[in-house]
Amino acid sequence: MTIAVTNIRVEDKLYQNRYVVDSGRPHIKVRPHQSPSVNLYALTSVCPAKCYELNDQGQVEITTDGCMECGTCRVLCEASGEIEWNYPKGGFGVLFKFG
Amino acid sequence: MTEEKFDAIVIGAGMSGNAAAYTMASRGLKVLQLERGEYAGSKNVQGAIMYANMLEKIIPDFRDDAPLERHLIEQRFWMMDDTSHTGMQYRSDDFNETNPNRYTIIRAQFDKWFSRKVREAGTTLLCETTVTELAHDTEGKVIGVRTDRAGDVILADVVVLAEGVNGLLGTRAGLRQTPKPETVALAVKEMHFLAEEVIDQRFGLKANEGCVIEAAGTISRNMAGLAFLYTNKESISIGIGCLVSEFAATMESPYDLLENFKNHPSVRPLIAGSEVKEYAAHLIPEGGYKAIPPLFGNGWVVVGDAAQLNNAVHREGSNLAMTSGRIAGEAIVQIKNRGKPMIKENLALYKSMLEKSFVIKDLRKYKDMPALLHTNSRNFFTTYPKLLSQAAQNFMRVDSTPKIEKERATTAAFIKARSRWGLVSDAVRFAFAWR
Repeated sequence: MTIAVTNIRVEDKLYQNRYVVDSGRPHIKVRPHQSPSVNLYALTSVCPAKCYELNDQGQVEITTDGCMECGTCRVLCEASGEIEWNYPKGGFGVLFKFG
Repeated sequence: MTEEKFDAIVIGAGMSGNAAAYTMASRGLKVLQLERGEYAGSKNVQGAIMYANMLEKIIPDFRDDAPLERHLIEQRFWMMDDTSHTGMQYRSDDFNETNPNRYTIIRAQFDKWFSRKVREAGTTLLCETTVTELAHDTEGKVIGVRTDRAGDVILADVVVLAEGVNGLLGTRAGLRQTPKPETVALAVKEMHFLAEEVIDQRFGLKANEGCVIEAAGTISRNMAGLAFLYTNKESISIGIGCLVSEFAATMESPYDLLENFKNHPSVRPLIAGSEVKEYAAHLIPEGGYKAIPPLFGNGWVVVGDAAQLNNAVHREGSNLAMTSGRIAGEAIVQIKNRGKPMIKENLALYKSMLEKSFVIKDLRKYKDMPALLHTNSRNFFTTYPKLLSQAAQNFMRVDSTPKIEKERATTAAFIKARSRWGLVSDAVRFAFAWR
C-alpha cells in the first residue's frame, strides 16, 4: 500500500480553508513589547494556525490572515495585556465548510 | 429594527443557541438570533458526534430530514505507545435500531439544517452580525445588545448568551472570567475524504454504520490529551486535543501532534489515500463542574460551552449544549407565561431546572477528574500506556519463557515505573474521582 504522508507545513493545511479577510483590520493585535512573556513566546509554537512569529529583534508579531478564531492566544495572553483580542467583523474571518 | 423589542435575543447559532431559540420561538416568543458567521455553522467546530436523545427532546422527528452521516455501531478505545495500541472495542448489532442513539455529523451542514428549523419556528436570524456589547439599564439589568451594524441598541427582555467557549461578551461584561489555560483544551482536526466503500471496507461497516476510535497515550507527548477518529459517510474526522496550559508549558505544536497521530502505524492505514479538505482548531471546555460560572443574572442566562457545560470524561459537549439551551428556553417561556420580569430571582428557575437534569448531575459526578488528570498527566498518558503495551506484548509473544516469569516481569515493570505506593495511590485517586 502506498502511504500518503501529508506535508507538515501549516500553510498547506490552511490553504484548504476558506477565509474572508478584512484587509487592514486585524482582529487580534500584539501590543508593543521589549521581550515576550513565556506565554506569548509559546504562541510561536502553540498557535494552530502559526499566526505568531518571532521577528529579528526577538519580539513576537502576528499575522491574522490564517486565524481559525480558536481563542488559544486569548486564553494564554489576554490577562497579561500583551494582546488585544476581538472577533472579526460580522461575516469576516474563517468560514468552515465542514467544521 | 431599533423600535421593536424582542422577548429574547439569542447570541450565537450553535447547538445551544439553536436549541434555545427553537424552544422559545416554537412556544410563541418573539426571538431574535444573532450570528457572526456568514451562515449558522460557519464558525462552529466539533468532532463531531451527536446524541439523538437530546435532539429528540427538541425536534422529535429530526431523522426525517437532518443531515446525519453514520449511526455508530462500534466504539474503540486505544491506549497508544509509539508503535502499538492496546484496545477495548465494543460493537453491537443492537445499535442498528430503528431510532439509533448516536450519529456522526458534519457541523456546518447540521447547523444549517438546525438553523432552518429554528427560523421555521419563527425566530428572526441575523447573520454576519457580531454583537459588540451587552446594553444595561441604570440598575444594571441587561436590556439588549449593540452590534457592529449601524443602529442603536436592540432591546429584549432577556439575552441568552450562547456565544461558545471563547465568548467575549459575557467576560467583558464581568459575568464570568475568561477560561483559564488549564480549563480548556485546544483541539485540531482535519477532514479526510475517502470513497464510502473504502471507509466501509476498512472499518467493517455497511449501510450508514459508523465506527469511532478514541485514543490516548504517548501521542499526546506527556500532556493530558485525547485523539479521535470518527467515520462520516464519505470522510473521516481526525483530530487531537490537549490542555492549553500543557501546550504552553511544553511548546508542542498541535499540528505536529496531529501529523504524528496520522502517521502512527495503527492509524496510517485507515486514512491512507485520503484527500484533506479542511483543517480546523477549536477550544473545548475541560474544567468541569468547578469551572461553571454563574449561569444567570438580571436579564441574562448563559448556556452551552460559554457556561463550560462539557463532560470531558465522556466526551459529551453538544448534548449538554442542546439540553442547556432547551432548558433555558423552557425556563424563559415559563417566566414569560406567568407575566413575571426577567430578573435574577426569576431566572434562577433555569439553574434549578438544569440541576435536575443529567447536565449538572453528570458534571458533579466527575468534579475531581479534571484536576486529577491535570496533575497526573505523565502517568496516565505516557507511563501507563507504555506499561500496558509491554504487558500485552509480553503476554502474546510465545517464546520459551515460563509464564510465571512473564507475569513477574510485567508486575515488576509496573512497580518499577510507579512504585507500589504510586500504583495504589493512582488507583484510589482515580476511583474517588470517578465514583
